[in-house]
Amino acid sequence: MLSTQVNVLARRSMRKTLRQPFQLFPIVFFPIILLAVNASGLKSATELVGFPTRSYVSFAIAVAFIQGAMFALINTGTNLAEDIESGFFSRLALTPLRRVSLIAGLLVGVAAIGALQSAVYILIGLVAGTHLDAGFGGALVVIALGSLTTLAFGALGCAAALWTGSGEAVQGLFPLFFVFVFLSSSNLPRNLLGTGWFHTVANWNPISYLIEAFRSLYIYGWDLTALWRGFAVAAGLGVIALLASSGALRKRLQRT
Amino acid sequence: MSMVPSNDSRAGVAPGGLWRVALTIAWRGMHTYIRRPDLIFPSLIFPLVFFASFAGGLSALGKVPGFTFPAGYTAFQFVFVMCQSAMFSGLFTGFTLAFDFESGFARRLMLAAEDRRGIALGYAIVALSRAAITLTLVTAVALVSGMRITGNGVDLFGLYGLAALLVLVGYGWAAGVAFRFRTIQAGPLMQTPVFLILFLAPVYVSLTLLKGWIHAAASVNPATAFLDAGRGLISGVHNHTALAYACALGLILLFGIWTLSGLRRAETSP
Repeated sequence: MLSTQVNVLARRSMRKTLRQPFQLFPIVFFPIILLAVNASGLKSATELVGFPTRSYVSFAIAVAFIQGAMFALINTGTNLAEDIESGFFSRLALTPLRRVSLIAGLLVGVAAIGALQSAVYILIGLVAGTHLDAGFGGALVVIALGSLTTLAFGALGCAAALWTGSGEAVQGLFPLFFVFVFLSSSNLPRNLLGTGWFHTVANWNPISYLIEAFRSLYIYGWDLTALWRGFAVAAGLGVIALLASSGALRKRLQRT
Repeated sequence: MSMVPSNDSRAGVAPGGLWRVALTIAWRGMHTYIRRPDLIFPSLIFPLVFFASFAGGLSALGKVPGFTFPAGYTAFQFVFVMCQSAMFSGLFTGFTLAFDFESGFARRLMLAAEDRRGIALGYAIVALSRAAITLTLVTAVALVSGMRITGNGVDLFGLYGLAALLVLVGYGWAAGVAFRFRTIQAGPLMQTPVFLILFLAPVYVSLTLLKGWIHAAASVNPATAFLDAGRGLISGVHNHTALAYACALGLILLFGIWTLSGLRRAETSP
């Protein structure tokens, strides 16, 4: 049955991440260290006229969810590329498993990791002094959006791994996504981005809307515009990545 | 070039052997660097992204109450990006050294070099040359984007002199790690401490505007002296210049010993 196949592969995908400290460490600690450093270093930004909150840590924690998703992209892509390089993926393709479950299993595991890491960021954020204005319901939405974003990024990692079959090539995507985060409203709200061209780039950068959706739940409570934009970006990115993965899978299995 | 195998990095070497080895390695290192897009492009693009993100994206911080910098926020952030690029040029050369060990090239080099200290020196020249390319580009982009320099020519000479010392600081640390571990997997060990030291300094605003634990950390961080001095030199209002130079020279001495002792360890390793 498809659900059994997906379930088995999803558990394998989760275990592969959870059992490897060098994959788990960056997911948890890197975003938190950056949050600690940026929240302290940029605290004086809250004194700017028009800054939406007095708590920079509540403003900045949104970036941690995106960074966590970026690590999921790298981990998922690297794990799949390893499976391709070692020949495990080809052997799996020879079994009666349905093609869709090869990727779906992996991504269900990634989505579960995404939900888990989002819950961890929420808890660490609370310890660090963040205030989640949308309350418990907002925390659930943060987890759902975190999971969807991680799934979308993970699917991009899958597509990259299936196209290239190389873990090194997947690792090379990490800096590219970091550029997207840097050129967004990650450090200041868009209305305070004083430099014209940067404001334009941040406006066109979909990562800005993802960050703002997470941020809105922390700062404004229930801002439906920010939320639908964030979910639309995550879902859109997910659909594009799944289409790319599906095409790459078809091509790879033809080659196999 | 004639290279006579030697078991010791200092004893029984021909005069001038050190520089012969160093210059050969430097030529090879730069030749490889320039010909490989996967090496040259990230090293040029990342500082530019940092500069765009910090100087462009955070320019509003120049209006934070209490923030004053005569040359403007772009110059304020340029100095951080310059210090970071300088140290990371050194670090990335350490990566190259580690990769050369992993591929077996550095081991063959150790057998052939008439003075093995030339290996460490050669990669240091590579680090300085790579930094020169990166810093030229970052400076050009900063000037085109309207950066103001209110310091004079001597100040600028001091600024780039400090950057050169920071290249050697970054390289000294990374080379010591590379000689000890001889694998690219030691990359995070090279990178993380430098990354943390840089970001635990007054990156976005001046030290007086930092509050809490980061103010305490930045107050004792040598990177604060580098940034203060660099910002002082670019604006012509000197701040901790002597301290920054003393810290940089002290760190070069310390990491020089670290690198050479690492080289000795690499020589004696099986």
